[in-house]
Amino acid sequence: MTLLWLILIPFIGGLLCWQGERYGGMAPRWIALATMLIELLITLGLWFQGEYHLPGAGTASDAVRWSMEWQVPWIPRFGISVHLALDGLSLVLIALTGFLGMLAVLCSWNEIVKRVGFFHLNLLWILGGVVGVFLSIDLFLFFFFWEMMLVPMYFLIALWGHSGSEGRTRIRAATKFFIYTQASGLLMLVSILGLVFAHHANTGEYSFEYATLMQTPLSDNVAMWLMLGFFVAFAVKLPVVPVHGWLPDAHAQAPTAGSVDLAGILLKTAAYGMLRFALPLFPEASQAFAPVAMTLGLIGIFYGAVLACGQQDVKRLIAYTSIAHMGFVLIGIYAGTELALQGVVLMMVAHAFSAAGLFILSGQLYERLFTRDMREMGGLWGRTGSLPGFSLCFVAASLGMPGTANFLGEFLILFGSFPVAPWTVAIASFGFLLAAVYALLLMQRVYFGPPKAEGLFADLDRREYLMMLSLLGLVLLFGLYPQPLLDTTSAAMGEVERLFTAVSQSSTLLTGAP
Amino acid sequence: MSLLPLTFLFPLAGTLIISLSRGRLSPRAGAVVGVTSVGLAALVAAWVIWQFLAGGREAVDMTLWTWVAVGDFQPTIGLRLDGLSLTMTGIITGVGFLIHLFAAWYMQGEAGVTRFYAYMNLFVFSMMLLVLGDNMLLLYLGWEGVGLCSYLLIGYYYETAANGWAAFKAFIITRLGDVFLAIGLFMMFRELGTLNIVELLARAPEVWSEGAWQAQVAALLILGGALGKSAQLPLHTWLADAMAGPTPVSALIHAATMVTAGVYLVARMHGIFELAPNVLYLVGVIGALTLLMAGFAALAQTDIKRVLAYSTMSQIGYMFLALGAGAYHAAIFHLMTHAFFKALLFLSAGSVIVSCHHEQDMRRLGGLWRRLPLAYIGFVVGGAALSALPLVTAGYYSKDEILWQELAAGDNGLLLAGLVGALLTSLYTLRLIIGTFHGEMKSDNARHAEPGRGLVHGLPLVVLSVLATFLGAWIHPPLEGVLPQGAGAGDHGMAHTVVAIVASATSVAGILIALWLFFKRWDWLAERVQSGWEARLWWFWNQAWGFDIAYDWLFVRPYRGLTRLLRRDIIDRILLLPAWLAWGLHRGLSRTQTGKLRLYAGTMAAGATLILIVLVLGG
Repeated sequence: MTLLWLILIPFIGGLLCWQGERYGGMAPRWIALATMLIELLITLGLWFQGEYHLPGAGTASDAVRWSMEWQVPWIPRFGISVHLALDGLSLVLIALTGFLGMLAVLCSWNEIVKRVGFFHLNLLWILGGVVGVFLSIDLFLFFFFWEMMLVPMYFLIALWGHSGSEGRTRIRAATKFFIYTQASGLLMLVSILGLVFAHHANTGEYSFEYATLMQTPLSDNVAMWLMLGFFVAFAVKLPVVPVHGWLPDAHAQAPTAGSVDLAGILLKTAAYGMLRFALPLFPEASQAFAPVAMTLGLIGIFYGAVLACGQQDVKRLIAYTSIAHMGFVLIGIYAGTELALQGVVLMMVAHAFSAAGLFILSGQLYERLFTRDMREMGGLWGRTGSLPGFSLCFVAASLGMPGTANFLGEFLILFGSFPVAPWTVAIASFGFLLAAVYALLLMQRVYFGPPKAEGLFADLDRREYLMMLSLLGLVLLFGLYPQPLLDTTSAAMGEVERLFTAVSQSSTLLTGAP
Repeated sequence: MSLLPLTFLFPLAGTLIISLSRGRLSPRAGAVVGVTSVGLAALVAAWVIWQFLAGGREAVDMTLWTWVAVGDFQPTIGLRLDGLSLTMTGIITGVGFLIHLFAAWYMQGEAGVTRFYAYMNLFVFSMMLLVLGDNMLLLYLGWEGVGLCSYLLIGYYYETAANGWAAFKAFIITRLGDVFLAIGLFMMFRELGTLNIVELLARAPEVWSEGAWQAQVAALLILGGALGKSAQLPLHTWLADAMAGPTPVSALIHAATMVTAGVYLVARMHGIFELAPNVLYLVGVIGALTLLMAGFAALAQTDIKRVLAYSTMSQIGYMFLALGAGAYHAAIFHLMTHAFFKALLFLSAGSVIVSCHHEQDMRRLGGLWRRLPLAYIGFVVGGAALSALPLVTAGYYSKDEILWQELAAGDNGLLLAGLVGALLTSLYTLRLIIGTFHGEMKSDNARHAEPGRGLVHGLPLVVLSVLATFLGAWIHPPLEGVLPQGAGAGDHGMAHTVVAIVASATSVAGILIALWLFFKRWDWLAERVQSGWEARLWWFWNQAWGFDIAYDWLFVRPYRGLTRLLRRDIIDRILLLPAWLAWGLHRGLSRTQTGKLRLYAGTMAAGATLILIVLVLGG
């Protein structure tokens, strides 16, 4: 039942925010903040009580073991049920959602002034949808939440977004985002149905059950097509070059809270989807597809980095760096060793913190300068209080400075992937060089150089300062002592590795036999 | 020994206090915090060193916590104190403290100076982790950390855009080296299954035979990292521009400690290099080439800090030369003496620069020796050590050891390079001193020079002056058992004496030639380089052999072209084609909806006719 509440709390909180606007503009903010705080506290409570350290699945027969489970039938005729389950991976990501949700509320404290209640309704419903995605292990339910989180995001960009430069309107960005994700979601639906029908053909029963569908025997060809359906949906969301086009526009036009949610959480649902569904459901096909996926990851690293260097809009720059970082994640996922997968988890968390930090900082810059164009900045170091210092720290995290969680994430991925794909890793390492280039270009253009005008801007107030300090603290904490996090996810990641590598051994046996 | 972590925790505390104060500390309080933290670290280091030497000189391991544990991958936050890290600890905290102290004089009265101490303390913290880390990942943490601090301090005067770009360049070029080092780590972990340095060195000979390609590749990758950090060919171009930072920064980071980290790294990983003799030889060749290249470049600079920068490059070239011959002791010994005399030279230069109202171009200095006696003494003592004046200077003993080891290893070509380099060193050093302190005062800034006063200014110069003499050479790094000694160890026969005499003669000859040339022929020289081939040669050396220009055309411009080409996200544009297509169709079709009845009737009739014709012809 706790699991259901985890999903319901944001939705209920959202409705309360909406209605709470009658009692003034501050009411929705406080309600939303309290909602996400409760969400976070419940998750942390589960973290301390639950047992995630044990290698949950030891034997192949008991393939999936959850720390918590909750199930009621929904549409029994088609074998659809509301089936929620929690393991270390989903727990970590839900905790992340709760924390970033609080930050998203806090960073819009002064930014959003119109229709405050409805804004927070959308914000919380996105988060509710995301939590649903992280908890559902019924494929139909998963798809339901996957689509469900798009709609409030669309409104967030379309109604509260900034109109960008060069004729980029927020409506167009929102539409682009919606069409990209909707179209790719459709492919996933087709794949889900294909898998269900394949299972029906085998057993005569309909089921959308994760554990059941995992056992479905598929021919190589069918498995490959179905896997691709899932992959495309997740690739659009991650995003993987060449289907990344929605991301820079959406980020640049979204309000700060939207960017924080997008970069911090929504992108992670894609990596989660790959880890939870694409790899375990289709291990053979994924194994065969791995070289292509890793190449796409490489392309993403370099394409994202080069484009980041060419941007003039701060938020677009950060958006492209996300593409580069997600390239590392993609490589790690398809390397499939435990080390690499644990690196992926760490990287997801680290990137959520650092990207959220950078987006919040650019929001704070915007609130002071009313521009995001770097050509109009420069020389801001001595004029914006603590802002440059924090920027420096998050920029350092973004370029993978050791001591930050981003460094450990990227290095674990590369250490783990090297035995599988040494050349890929060697080339990907040069992504660090380009990361330094774009990160320091940001510093140079925004903060260094001669000041463009006289006078000081407001220093960070207490709310802003505490937000940044807590983010920075977490980045450093997980950079120097990530073990609590890794212990939590080790069982889940070990399971993915087991499924993924078991195939590579058996498939070499198979191909060796004839 | 349990106090060891305090050597880096004090500086870290300094950084945290200053940065969390959010600018509420006064400049004076900031200086006190910054200097005190390093002073305390130095005291702890002295205690640790004393304990180590008084005890059995046994290496001490201390694991603070396990950093990450995933399967076999278990790097720790662990420290290892042995003779090598002990030597480095002494240099970093000792010389570091003197430089911090001097900085309190140098930086006084500058706005926002607390930031300076925060960076400097963070640097000491990172550098200590670099040398104390017992595994490659922690070493890498320090390695990148010092790079970041170097970046921040080069760009300290951020309001001049050029300083920011110099910092940018330094970070990017060293990071290129770091990438190679990172790949080296990935490879070594796969091949050897550990990142702990002691285990790596023990396991490498078991897994790899001498000359195995894996050993060669691993050594090359490590070398890549060392070249970037230590500003050796071909990744050396950042160091001269790095002089944009405040002078104490140049003394600490770009002379005494960080740039020598590459030497430390190669020495630390000597077991890998021993398995790859070709790569080890390459280390020596690169050192030789760098020391010559930088020596010539130093001859043609007018900025006193740039002369010292190229000189640093050249001296690190000597250290690489020694490493290449397997003479690790000599390399570390020279690292130490160089830290003393180069820090002295930089601090003296800093004294001159502040006294002359931030004038640092030799063409506008001159004749200062009477007015700035302490700085002059610093320059003379440091310069003598730099050009290895026989018997009385520290530099003589360390450089002599390197040249002797070169002969013992049988590398006559490299020995010759070292001797030519010694001649060049004497020339550019004397040119620097004479150009700055003798002749006539060439600007008002020089004429109105105000000598530095006070203990904070004087003490570091005096202490370093003492250390730059033969007294400094009495400090012998306790490296026995940590590093191999090299081919010529312990052998003090006839051949060694010959090398010593030849080296001394070279150095003295260089000094004599320089005295004649720059005292008697300064104006003549200045005239010669105005035109003709001499002017071109001067320009070429002044540009340090044109590497910057070449790199600009080879890498910077193409990359900028690429970013400009891709700026609008071509892939996205292509994927938007369906959208544009739909848009176009929509526009086209909606144009037919004119609302004119006549047009509708006409097109309807035309369409019907068309269909009829098709039906008739088709039927």
